[in-house]
Amino acid sequence: MSKGRVWKYGDDINTDVIFPGRYTYKIMEPAEMAAHAMEDLDAEFARNVRPGDVIVAGKNFGCGSSREQAAACLRAAGVQAVVAKSFARIYFRNAINLGLAVLQCEEASDALRTGDEIEIDYPAGKIISGERVFKFFPLPDSVIGIIEAGGLIEFTKEKLASGG
Amino acid sequence: MGKTLSEKILGNKAGREVGAGEVVTVAPDTCLSHDNSAAIIGEFKKMGVERVKAPAKLVIILDHIVPAADEKYAQNHKTIREFVAAQGIPNFFDIQHGVCHQVLSEAGFALPGKLIVGSDSHTTTYGAFGAFAAGIGRTEAASIWAADEIWLRVPETLRIEFSGKLPAGVFAKDVILKVIGDNGADRANYKAIEFAGPAAGDFSLASRMVLANMAAEMGAKNGYFEPDEKTLAWVKARARADYEVVRSDDDADYEAILGYDLSVIEPQIACPHTVDHVRLVREVEGMPFHQALIGTCTNGRLEDIEIAAHIMKGKKVHPGVRALVLPASREVYVDAMRRGLLEILSEAGCVILNPGCGPCLGAHQGLLAAGEVVVSTSNRNFRGRMGSRDSEIYLASPATAAASALEGKITDPRKHL
Ligand code: SF4
Repeated sequence: MSKGRVWKYGDDINTDVIFPGRYTYKIMEPAEMAAHAMEDLDAEFARNVRPGDVIVAGKNFGCGSSREQAAACLRAAGVQAVVAKSFARIYFRNAINLGLAVLQCEEASDALRTGDEIEIDYPAGKIISGERVFKFFPLPDSVIGIIEAGGLIEFTKEKLASGG
Repeated sequence: MGKTLSEKILGNKAGREVGAGEVVTVAPDTCLSHDNSAAIIGEFKKMGVERVKAPAKLVIILDHIVPAADEKYAQNHKTIREFVAAQGIPNFFDIQHGVCHQVLSEAGFALPGKLIVGSDSHTTTYGAFGAFAAGIGRTEAASIWAADEIWLRVPETLRIEFSGKLPAGVFAKDVILKVIGDNGADRANYKAIEFAGPAAGDFSLASRMVLANMAAEMGAKNGYFEPDEKTLAWVKARARADYEVVRSDDDADYEAILGYDLSVIEPQIACPHTVDHVRLVREVEGMPFHQALIGTCTNGRLEDIEIAAHIMKGKKVHPGVRALVLPASREVYVDAMRRGLLEILSEAGCVILNPGCGPCLGAHQGLLAAGEVVVSTSNRNFRGRMGSRDSEIYLASPATAAASALEGKITDPRKHL
């Protein structure tokens, strides 16, 4: 179980507002990346985000560029998961490959509000907020190995080391 | 049940029959990266691998910030050049060649039946040639460099059938903006888009690239045209390798089929700040703006520069507008120069930029200040993409951008033809 607070945003949150393009080739350090997370959408976010916080958004989270900083900056900021109605394809992949949980859940997306305290039970596929319980769609088996290894780099490393 | 093009290409790679929804682990034919290769090199090194597993599959093209705009970018480029030399990567295109998607296509890597991945979201472009082409992240690119494989979910397919003939003054860009505006920026999320129907073959390869490129803006994993005579004529002179023409079966399974009659489409414009916020050009006509950008990987090919030159010939860009022309590649640049098109555009007052991404991603060469508005032929109008977060980007065809640049306000191009 992991506890956190909700930051609620709307539909179609794109990679340019999650991590502005003007920094993509300039900023590589995680701490610095975290300082610019969500900058063009909500200046409060980077100032007040705490480890374990969860972003809850509408549909098509992470649309736009393939830049991985848009997933890496949230992880660097301590965000444990993004809950959304749906994710843009490359964002979904990038997040998994970097070990950021991406959970698809319509009900939680509709119901949760900024500041709500929640817990996420990953093995059970549940998001719990007080009395309310929301079930999320479990990730496909084939990608769980990557998350379990702590991301694709570790996964590939282990695989190459084992001669696979 | 028949198979779609995507199911067939991924099945060929996986060595078994596959259907939509399955996850396959496959070795791509080509893996593209650009200036972000510097970051990929960093990830690659983290894996503790000495050598790239299949160097001939990598295509590295410097295009995003070329020539280097500052020391940091210069260092990135240097890192990449050194890595390319050390690893013996044969397919490296330095800053003089142009935007990756155009260069990779011209260089004959984009071929029917191929599986192409790239760490750029508009890698979908190569679907214009009948390839399965999808964007991936940097970490994934590094993993491919190390292990020559990637996991991919076999996509469901959305088929878009075109009929009728495009009216004068209406172009591929208007068609794809119309489709995205009608269906939303996430309509094709995780899916393939098959551009088909009796009128699909009428689109030139350059126009097909516009549609396949912007399939990404509908969320698609890949977007493609089935190869036809035009495709084969184009690739014949350029192909780097053998290729196999793959088409969807007649009884393939589609998630949905949408029909579009091209003859009733009017010039379209995507308004700030989402690509699916699309209106008719005539609905926003008269709005003043500050910069026009004609070019990029979306609309920087010869036919685009031709129509812009046709509209601007003998005229002058409005004094309130800076007009930038960004050919997609050196090949396009040279062709346009030989035909006198660059001369026409320069005389009209346009700034001709070197082939590359330039202002498209807001890194250099013509950024926007707060309160400024650009009419751009690129593919993305997100807030802050081309400069200040308080600037605005409108996306349109080269004809609309050229006509608007002359008048100093957004203008329906049909009155300038
Ligand atoms: S021209 Fe623009 S959209 Fe195309 S690859 Fe370059 S930055 Fe990306």
